[in-house]
Amino acid sequence: MLGFAQTEELEVSSKCETVSDYLHAHERKSLLRFLTCGSVDDGKSTLIGRLLYDTQLLMEDQLAALAADSRRHGTTGDDLDFALLVDGLASEREQGITIDVAYRFFATEQRKFIVADTPGHEQYTRNMATGASNADLAIILVDARQGILDQTRRHSFIVSLLGIRHVVLAINKIDLVDYSQAVFDEIETAYRSFAEPLGFVSLQAIPLSARYGDNVLTRSAKLPWYQGPTLIEYLESIEVESDRRAAPFRMPVQWVNRPNLDFRGFAGTIVAGVVRPGDRVAVARSGVTTLVKRIVTQDGDLPEAGAGEAVTLMLEDEIDVSRGDVLAAAAERPEVSDQFAAHVLWMHDDPLMPGRPYLIKLATSTVGASVTHIKHRVDINNFAKLATKTLEKNEVGFVNIMTQAPLAFDPFCRVHDTGAFIIIDRITNHTVGAGMIDFSLRRASNIHWQALDVDMNARAIAKGQKPALLWFTGLSGAGKSTIANLVEKRLHAIGKHTYLLDGDNVRHGLNRDLGFTDADRVENIRRVAEAAKLMVDAGLIVLASFISPFRAERRMARDLFAAGQFVEIFIDTPLEVAEGRDPKGLYQRARNGLIQNFTGIGSPYERPEAPHITITPDISADEAAELIVSHLDRGCYLGTATG
Amino acid sequence: MRNPVMLYSVGKDSAVMLHLAMKAFYPSQLPFPLLHIDTTWKFKEMIRFRDETVARLGLNLLVRRNEAGLAEGITPFTHNSSIYTQIMKTEALKSALSSFGFDAAFGGARRDEEKSRAKERVFSLRSDSHGWDPKNQRPELWTLYNGRLKAGESVRVFPLSNWTETDIWQYIMRERIPLVSLYFAAKRPVVERDGQWIMVDDDRLPLRPGEVPEMRSVRFRTLGCYPLTAATESTAATVPDVLQEMLVARTSERSGRLIDHDEAASMEKKKREGYF
Repeated sequence: MLGFAQTEELEVSSKCETVSDYLHAHERKSLLRFLTCGSVDDGKSTLIGRLLYDTQLLMEDQLAALAADSRRHGTTGDDLDFALLVDGLASEREQGITIDVAYRFFATEQRKFIVADTPGHEQYTRNMATGASNADLAIILVDARQGILDQTRRHSFIVSLLGIRHVVLAINKIDLVDYSQAVFDEIETAYRSFAEPLGFVSLQAIPLSARYGDNVLTRSAKLPWYQGPTLIEYLESIEVESDRRAAPFRMPVQWVNRPNLDFRGFAGTIVAGVVRPGDRVAVARSGVTTLVKRIVTQDGDLPEAGAGEAVTLMLEDEIDVSRGDVLAAAAERPEVSDQFAAHVLWMHDDPLMPGRPYLIKLATSTVGASVTHIKHRVDINNFAKLATKTLEKNEVGFVNIMTQAPLAFDPFCRVHDTGAFIIIDRITNHTVGAGMIDFSLRRASNIHWQALDVDMNARAIAKGQKPALLWFTGLSGAGKSTIANLVEKRLHAIGKHTYLLDGDNVRHGLNRDLGFTDADRVENIRRVAEAAKLMVDAGLIVLASFISPFRAERRMARDLFAAGQFVEIFIDTPLEVAEGRDPKGLYQRARNGLIQNFTGIGSPYERPEAPHITITPDISADEAAELIVSHLDRGCYLGTATG
Repeated sequence: MRNPVMLYSVGKDSAVMLHLAMKAFYPSQLPFPLLHIDTTWKFKEMIRFRDETVARLGLNLLVRRNEAGLAEGITPFTHNSSIYTQIMKTEALKSALSSFGFDAAFGGARRDEEKSRAKERVFSLRSDSHGWDPKNQRPELWTLYNGRLKAGESVRVFPLSNWTETDIWQYIMRERIPLVSLYFAAKRPVVERDGQWIMVDDDRLPLRPGEVPEMRSVRFRTLGCYPLTAATESTAATVPDVLQEMLVARTSERSGRLIDHDEAASMEKKKREGYF
């Protein structure tokens, strides 16, 4: 805490005035939120501990605890191990790594600071992004002995992606390279050339030793060649305010305040711009406009409110506004669309799958959504764009997203709070991804949202599944219908939308006019395939169970569908096994010459050449059904993991 | 979240959180009740102030105790502080949350108070047994809090996470928020015990041999159960006085809390078990 020396010596009589001066100063002080990042062992926690120590924030009891901890867990001999101050969780003290984001608070005479101490290890990159999302500046630590590592590059990229425009390159452990200017210059030059495309507005390199305090708070005599600011000097003076009040007015509505019939207000935090009574505002999604009537607070109405303030707005007209709506300057409205392109950082072990239904939370609204297409993944070491079908944990991709309902948003670079979103898994409720909107994929000129064409994709998203035709082929008595039935039951049990087509329900109606000649068999399959195609277009997972002995007709059916929509399942039960079962006595009758052209007896069965799934009789029907369902799950037909 | 509740501990952080909520919902009343876990060992003055506040603001206050623990005679003297806290505070809180079916509980904890709190989320997910798993916390980006819950899960919400002690006092002064008088110095009966001043708030405090209550000018930086909450000698009788004293203080806020010193990582352990 600042100002000990001064306040201790104050006259009692002037105490009140001084304290209120102090509080006034404290209130006026700007707040800088920054994060520290870098590789394991670059000394992040030590640097933060040093900042707290040097700015006298540590109290006597904390210092005593630190001294005890240093003796027990420390790695610095008899010296205080500052990292122990910061690594809060017990498992971290044992492992000696920082596994989560820890927030620290300190103040100097100039500024208040909140530091996010973020993990260095690759598997915790998502935690780093979390810290970066609420920071204005990043301190990127580099071990002077190691120079720039993959993690340095990765972190710099994430920092840039999350919209941080100010970076301090802290070249730490300079004491271990004999305070060498050559080492410092080499690292700075390498970093500047690497970071050039990241668009940082400011980049300050500082040589320092967190352990000994050189150039942290006090200028180091051992670094006479360095003329720049110390770390604290720099943090106190850097101007990071991108004037949020200058942006167009945006207020996501959190809550409709309706204490009685005479009062209807809309509560929320203004995230951009300024609003005054009389201003014309629009409800972004509906496009309806009205005027602001009052800005209500418990302390009286305000003549004006701006970004960062939580207020309740009363509007002139009774218009439809609810939680999730964005009130916006009528002259400069947000985009309104159900499709947009965004950069996404994936944070979960289960990879991002296009087509899988997720939830998106953007400002105060939460909607169903799915990634329709991953345009590319970004290699964070060289920023190369790589083709990919999925995004793994800690990977960044540029994707198209479609939402179930239109959203009001701004490009992230314009207004962070209406351009950032998180992705939530519908089943586990985990936060699995973070996204930053780049641009709308539909022109926002039509403020009133036009219903998009309802196509197969839209229906599939609504059903949370990937529509397909599962074609069960095999001899009579092979077990096709039994297994298809079990598969349908399982899919139904997990909420999937299905329909089973088989000889029984087709031959009694749609194909009542067909017999068993070769031509009728082909027509039978053609009609079944066409009916199935309509059902797949309707978003269903269709199961078709037909002997379908000829490759050509199975091919005909397959050709009606796009790749991935047709799954051929061969129930490979040998003739002698099927004939042994003979559930309907058909084989017996065929052997006795009572049925002509019976497949396997009077007519051939052409085995599929490359079925997607082959079921042999050594497993039970239940196991076969389980195997098919897990195949569908792996292929993302079922939307979300079924566990 | 369908059924939120605000934890009200009567302390200064609770006072600030309550004040903020009153402002946020103005002119509506708070759309949720307050819950106070009463161990029966709170300072008398806290209970008086609590009831006064409820009446003044027209609040809906629920008070819960661990009746089974009381019946078993569990006190800060019969059991060590960690067992006592577990039973009389943590268990009572968990059972109250479960019996009312609260799925979100607001608390006044701040990240600057203690090391393991520094990693606490603003929305902190608890399992159906109220456990906290620090390795399985949801990432919190921007101000996009994920409050989606499965059946039985709940979330503890800490709106003051990023406030410091100085911020709290500054806000109390600016907004003229009423506080329990225990935060301000007055002559109070205390005994010196293990190097700390313990207030003799009533005649239930068993005096050790040689302990004689004496009147000293003391105040409290933090409030809890009186036998477990040490006073500091002080003459600071007003908010500016307190601030003045705080600026020159060399002992951090929680050192008056005897329960934090039980063992290394004690707070993390308590939190895993469901302590607020």
